[in-house]
Amino acid sequence: MTSDTPRPPPRRRLFGAWGPRELKGLFWQVLVVGIAVAVIAFLWSNTVTNLTARRITTGFAFLGREAGMPIADSLLAYNPRDSYLWAFVVGIANTLRVAVIGIVLATVLGTLIGISRLSTNWLLSRLAAVYVETLRDIPLLLQLLFWYVLMQALPAARAAWRPVEGVFLSNRGLILPAIPIAAPQLWVLGTAALGLVVFYVIRRRLIAEQMRDGRPRPAWPFALGLVFALPAAVSLLLGVSWTIEWPELHGFNFVGGLTLAPEYFALLIALVTYTSAFIAEIVRSGIQSVPRGQWDAANALGLRRSFMLRQIILPQALRVIVPPMTSQYLNLTKNSSLAVAIGYQDVVSVANTTLNQTGQAIEAIALIMAVFLTISLSISFFMNWYNARIALVER
Amino acid sequence: MTAITDIPDAPRTARRPQGGNPVLRWLRTNLFSSIPNGILTVVLLALLAKGIFSFVQWGIANAVWITPASDSSACRAARGVGACWAIIPEKYRFILFGTYPFDEQWRPALSVVLFIALFYLSTRRALWRRELAYLWIGALALISVLMWGGVFGLSFVSQDRWGGLPVTLILATFGLAFGFPLGILVALGRRSKLPAIRSLSVLYVELIRGVPLVSLLFMASVMFPLFMPAGFNIDKLLRAQIAIILFAGAYLAEVIRGGLQAVPRGQSEAADALGLSYWRKHRLIILPQAIRHVIPPLVNTFIAFFKDTSLVLIIGIFDLLTTAKTAIIDPAWQQFSVEVYIFVAAIYFVFCFAMSRYSRSLEATRER
Repeated sequence: MTSDTPRPPPRRRLFGAWGPRELKGLFWQVLVVGIAVAVIAFLWSNTVTNLTARRITTGFAFLGREAGMPIADSLLAYNPRDSYLWAFVVGIANTLRVAVIGIVLATVLGTLIGISRLSTNWLLSRLAAVYVETLRDIPLLLQLLFWYVLMQALPAARAAWRPVEGVFLSNRGLILPAIPIAAPQLWVLGTAALGLVVFYVIRRRLIAEQMRDGRPRPAWPFALGLVFALPAAVSLLLGVSWTIEWPELHGFNFVGGLTLAPEYFALLIALVTYTSAFIAEIVRSGIQSVPRGQWDAANALGLRRSFMLRQIILPQALRVIVPPMTSQYLNLTKNSSLAVAIGYQDVVSVANTTLNQTGQAIEAIALIMAVFLTISLSISFFMNWYNARIALVER
Repeated sequence: MTAITDIPDAPRTARRPQGGNPVLRWLRTNLFSSIPNGILTVVLLALLAKGIFSFVQWGIANAVWITPASDSSACRAARGVGACWAIIPEKYRFILFGTYPFDEQWRPALSVVLFIALFYLSTRRALWRRELAYLWIGALALISVLMWGGVFGLSFVSQDRWGGLPVTLILATFGLAFGFPLGILVALGRRSKLPAIRSLSVLYVELIRGVPLVSLLFMASVMFPLFMPAGFNIDKLLRAQIAIILFAGAYLAEVIRGGLQAVPRGQSEAADALGLSYWRKHRLIILPQAIRHVIPPLVNTFIAFFKDTSLVLIIGIFDLLTTAKTAIIDPAWQQFSVEVYIFVAAIYFVFCFAMSRYSRSLEATRER
């Protein structure tokens, strides 16, 4: 039944462009923002009242005071006489030390396991599947405590395990042979890094020229020259000595070499194995997302296996892999905060100790959040840039 | 890139070799398809056999299964050679229910059963109706009655006596039950045309997702008393629960937002054409479709919370992991923490594995 009544004329707006819809929108926004402001104001005033009642002075002045807390395991020089500010810096360095190395190792391990999941070898792919499923279904904190208990149950330094000559595993942690790095060695390493950058620029030029006339221009002589020969020459010129320092047992402890404390080692193992299980799934689904025709076409061209993977399959799989990988890196970084449970002194542990010593709860927690937000945003930023670089260029 | 022999190949349609014994044929295609593959298989089998043999030796053959009450001498004698499973019968009541009054422990046990029944019913596709929400409310109310008591002749048990598995389940389930509506609101807020509401939602989600859960829990345990008027203080468990709800809300909001983006625009336009109001449009048309799209990732998010509840150990709340850690403080049993961790890991594993299986089955039977 349609009625033939003409449509009513459009309603006249109350205030120019302000119709009922806009008013409704304005009303809702004022309401929500008003509630948010009211809640924050309520919490704020309570906090101020409570702080004055407890005689806690707010502000970051306490950062200048002497910390007096021991930090056993740190990259940077620290002693308990230093300020809270420096203790926080040491804590941040410790967080980054576990997060950066963890991200690298978890990526390598996760990729290997992800590839194993797709292996034509039934046994290997089953084992990889069991690894992934087991690690993903047990809380990380439980795994961390488990590894830490195992670390503490290792034999004492005198009866340390020696899987390889010069490597010791004991309840003092993992001891590795090390190459002492000082100013002269840094010059050589710097040259090598610079050579690598120059090599990349040259390689891009060579590829561009090959695109123009199709004649292959091998890049490996440049790599050899810039990344190996040149630093070696610098090393000879400056007469840098490259000695390997082997750890030795003296009495009840080791001297020399590089020591990974049990807390750090347990945290690193837990973070790497746990995250690698998630990365393995991402890598697997990424490789499976490449259409079969691509494999067939590459096979039909008679391309070598390694070339095919590197130049055809991987670039396409990466588009699927990179975005979820970013959130795994963020997770690993945030999960490093579980260090507080086993006493590895990362930024969260330091903040927690500070909070207990000074009562500056708000500032300590605000510092933790600021540090992690900064790290999260930097990782997101870098990965988004990388993602934009490898994204599909649509014409 | 090292030359791995088993670089994944294109998904192959199985070649059917003619004739021969089917068992041998399977071995041939799946384990010994090439010489390097055969070598790999043999090496893996050797490693696997070695691993299984030493585990069986430690965990079964040389293990101590039962000891007279509170006597760990047999275990200490077998230390390093065999596992001490006797610690589990010794401590299991404490690990599962913490310091809940011993004679009343049938109540948390029944609560756990109710939780499991609730999860199971929620997975039945036939029950995905409005009644399910009422079922949830009813079950959660019943669990509260059982745990607290104080009515129907049950003695009152205060929250600080709760512990173990029920606490883990309460934190995860209530986190989901309250985080879900919060997540829906925030997801809608992020897609709203109103700038103030949108920026508030974005701020909330990014702030929560950018910081570790530990810092939120610290906030709940240390800062919350500062936020509240003097004399008003709520229990530690509830404070941690609030932190977990806020945390869950942000993550669920992102998942739901993904679902909202998957709903075709025509649906929204059609609802507008019918003259439905904003809330009715979302309640009746958009949200049901959006949520149906993202049920598998929602289940995965829930698995993640279930594991994350274990972090309350850091602020000293007695969940399953904390009771396990406390059980081994007892000097007589101190050296047998590995066994206890394996036992608790198995409990977590059963729950998470069941959920992840379910999530995978959903993805497989997704109507496209």
